[in-house]
Amino acid sequence: MNLITTLILFPLAIAVLTFLIRNDKIRGAIVTIGAACIALLAVLVTVTYFQNGITFSYQGEEAISYLIMVLEVLIAGYVITIGIRDKKYIVSVFSIIQTPLILWFELARGHEIEVAKDMVYDKLSGIMVLIVGIIGSLICIYAVGYMRDYHHHHKEYAERKSFFLSVLFLFLSAMFGLVLSNNMTWLYFCWEITSLCSFLLIGYTKTEEAKRNSYRALAINLGGGVAFAFAIVFIGIHYKTLELSVLTSMQPEAAVMIPVFLLALAALTKSAQFPFSSWLLGAMVAPTPSSALLHSATMVKAGVYLIIRLAPLLGNSPVGIAVTGIGCVTFLLSSLAAVTQSDGKKILAYSTVANLGLIVICASIGSQEALWAAILLIIFHASSKSLMFLCVGSIEHQIGSRDVEDMAVLAEVSRKLNLFMFIGIAGMFLAPFGMLISKWVAMKAFIDSKHILSVVVIAYGSAVTLFYWAKWMGKLVSGSNKKQKNDHKLSIHEEIPITIHAILVIVSCFAFPFISDYALIPYLTELFGKDAVIPIGTSDVNLMIMMLAMLIIIPISFIPIYKKDKRRIVPIYMAGENTGDNETFYGGLGEKRKATMRNWYLTEYFDSKKMLYIGNIIAVLILVLGIILLIGGLAK
Amino acid sequence: MNFVKKSPWILHYDGSSCNGCDIEVLACLTPLYDVERFGIINTGNPKHADILLITGSVNEQNIPIVKQLYEQMPEPKVVVAVGICATSGGIFADCYNIVGGVDKVLPVDVYVPGCAARPESIIDGVVKALAVLEEKQKALSKKKSAVKK
Amino acid sequence: MLIIKILAIIILTPIVGGLLTGIDRVITARMQGRQGPPILQPFYDVFKLIQKEPIEVNLMHRFYVYLSLIFVILTAVILLVGGDILLAVFALTLGSVLFILGGYASNSPYSLVGSERELLQMMAYEPMVLLTGIGFYLADKSFFVSDIVKNDIPAIVYLPGMFLGFVFILTFKLRKSPFDFSMSHHGHQEIVQGITTEYSGKDLAVIEVTHWYEEIIAFTFIFLFFATKNPISILVGIIACFLVYFLEILIDNGFARMKWNFALKSAWIVTAVLGSLNLIILSYFK
Repeated sequence: MNLITTLILFPLAIAVLTFLIRNDKIRGAIVTIGAACIALLAVLVTVTYFQNGITFSYQGEEAISYLIMVLEVLIAGYVITIGIRDKKYIVSVFSIIQTPLILWFELARGHEIEVAKDMVYDKLSGIMVLIVGIIGSLICIYAVGYMRDYHHHHKEYAERKSFFLSVLFLFLSAMFGLVLSNNMTWLYFCWEITSLCSFLLIGYTKTEEAKRNSYRALAINLGGGVAFAFAIVFIGIHYKTLELSVLTSMQPEAAVMIPVFLLALAALTKSAQFPFSSWLLGAMVAPTPSSALLHSATMVKAGVYLIIRLAPLLGNSPVGIAVTGIGCVTFLLSSLAAVTQSDGKKILAYSTVANLGLIVICASIGSQEALWAAILLIIFHASSKSLMFLCVGSIEHQIGSRDVEDMAVLAEVSRKLNLFMFIGIAGMFLAPFGMLISKWVAMKAFIDSKHILSVVVIAYGSAVTLFYWAKWMGKLVSGSNKKQKNDHKLSIHEEIPITIHAILVIVSCFAFPFISDYALIPYLTELFGKDAVIPIGTSDVNLMIMMLAMLIIIPISFIPIYKKDKRRIVPIYMAGENTGDNETFYGGLGEKRKATMRNWYLTEYFDSKKMLYIGNIIAVLILVLGIILLIGGLAK
Repeated sequence: MNFVKKSPWILHYDGSSCNGCDIEVLACLTPLYDVERFGIINTGNPKHADILLITGSVNEQNIPIVKQLYEQMPEPKVVVAVGICATSGGIFADCYNIVGGVDKVLPVDVYVPGCAARPESIIDGVVKALAVLEEKQKALSKKKSAVKK
Repeated sequence: MLIIKILAIIILTPIVGGLLTGIDRVITARMQGRQGPPILQPFYDVFKLIQKEPIEVNLMHRFYVYLSLIFVILTAVILLVGGDILLAVFALTLGSVLFILGGYASNSPYSLVGSERELLQMMAYEPMVLLTGIGFYLADKSFFVSDIVKNDIPAIVYLPGMFLGFVFILTFKLRKSPFDFSMSHHGHQEIVQGITTEYSGKDLAVIEVTHWYEEIIAFTFIFLFFATKNPISILVGIIACFLVYFLEILIDNGFARMKWNFALKSAWIVTAVLGSLNLIILSYFK
């Protein structure tokens, strides 16, 4: 058994173990050690194989395929039953369509097809493995501390911590399988498992809302699964292959575009692009660790991962253009919708959808530069976003709210969380940090490939992004001058993952030239067969790193200046009516009145419901157009 | 060199004026008198101001406000009482709510009489205040260097 | 050599910026039939502010202003040394965001409203600034200022729409009416002085100096539209800058302030029409 197989099976073992053990302390220890081992394994795999990559097949491939089929039947049985039980027939219907289809295909045709490479570990899957391994395991450790607090705060929900944690590990296993499989039936199986995990975790609290949202997520993801299944059958029958790598190396002729379109459709559902985005927004009812792990850092990345894989076929084809269009609409409109939100998790959700849209644009344009940006976006988005999710989770427990308007008091409760949240937000949009570097390259890539519409969209989208992040940052900053009254302590299980995440966000910015040199450039060179170069000039990279260093050094160097320079403190200006506490003023009748300050949400312009509505309509139109173009291409 | 003489910024506060003096204060900004020639700006914000220009007498209700505004001004700062009401209470002196001139509450440096004070005399008053401002600036920098030693 | 150049930029930029501000105040006064202050008035103001007693409302809020100044200086250096135009835009954005955070940190109602409005202004003008940078790239095949000034044909030939759009949003950057609703130099407004309300003395001086740097940065963009490798173009560029500045002062004196709704809508529409169309047409030919 090689390292890669271990990487996939080990989380599975931990999942079973956590499910069986009901003692809190022992389970906590197992989760912590297990997660740490997974992270180590991921690193070990990277160290061993990253340089040269590895492809291999299993001896008992047949047996594995049968096992997978059995599991698929079991899952389908489960889904169909609960669908009928809860009167959500659509999931049953989807399941009834896809599972027999795949079974029929495997039994009738599948075994004739020779699969040369079941597993492929190249630099792209290497990066995904590292993201899933490190960020995923940190989130699992965080979940131990978080769930304890969660049930402390929410006594009304039945406690199913074992179940929760074990699903998290099951998901990690599936995710590793997903990024490593080259055999599409296996990939499809892992794909379905991640959908199922998502469903189980969203429905964790078993409230009406949770149920509704979890079924919506399942329905949309299974819908994507149906498209995936059809794509597999089509490829299998027409091209006698089941390998993703073979598909992506084909010529982009009209007939190939049909499965590519179906796969892209599946990818769009998974990464919650318009018109399929509603499930991700609803998924925020789930406990925060699952939101962080599935709905922002890793699972939704599976969709864009698939699009990046398909990138050589997309480019300027009708499918590519349609996918780019959907990415544009998603990026712009969900950024606008995020402006109107004050619930921290909602903002994160909208911003996730938006950033996935950006990655989709990059991936579907498919030039070397664009893919460079896309992969870097995945890395930076995963680290920043999961940091923020973890912070928001802890903040909710500390101050009893996750509303941005309430976060002005955060500094009084926990300086650390305040700082980490600040770093997370800075990582999303400010200059020397990762997301901006990728956005910058994306912009360059768009203009180089003459996608003017995408350029305009990214220009507007960035401006809007700036608005909603900066006002959140402002709320965090506005409390920072108050004295800390620490009445709540962060548990160690929460603090350590958050701290490591924050360090990752900063270090990854320093390290991006290395990531580029050792991972992206070789990968893109091999993929395109021509030398890739880092799209940002060396002088610019140096300047970026200098800026980052300045941002770290200058605040520290201010401390001695502060110590020396004592100033007279005066009350803030309230037209002379400040009562002296800087929070209240004397009203017309001499009574004390509180000055409340709220951010702008511009709901009259960018109402989120309206944005979603418009976005969905445009996206559907683009999809229809894509189909028409596709058929037109076939007819030629 | 003292630059405070060259760029005096003014905070204008209306105590309980009949608005006669206020109109004249604003007249100073108009093309006819153009106080910006002297670098004077009407800031409307105590934190930016060097000169607190008060029209009208002080009443019971605005004592804390005047004090707070004065407190919010950075040193060196001067107070100019514009109009007879601000200097002594004027015809309102005997009203039940009037405390009297501004000097009952704040240390006034320059008094500008008149009802209403003419723009020329307001400008004269402000220019006088500049000399006081310069004195205060010198005292301040002396104090600063003494602290340093 | 480079170090001397950078030092010269750091020192000369605010001097030119301050002089421009002084000229602005004189021209404004003359337009209103007044004599106006001496041209060196902005410098007197800043030196006076430095001499004033330092006061503050809390320990945190001045920090952001200094940080903002540093990044704005960095922007000026990047642009004037001939660096990457997009990087300069990003550094400037960072500086502006830090300034806005200063407004939040003071915790004062007036500052906060100022910060919000400033943010809204940024949202309004940022797309145009980014598109301008991209337009230069499309016209001259390089993001580097040093390459843009070496081309044969001035960028304005390719980017007339971009130029007009940029002049439109320049009103935001120069804090001129009708779009000066986040803070105003002229008299007291409904939000006192917006973000700067709580700053005084040295900190306010720093804000003034930051604004001088920003002015020069804005005019560097204008200059780039006219720059070619022909030395005469330098003169043309400078004349163009002065003409644009005069136009801005004229607009400043001729218009009342608009509401933020109008500012956002108009800036976005202007960007969409002039900026995007210019880009689309240009990409068709280039």
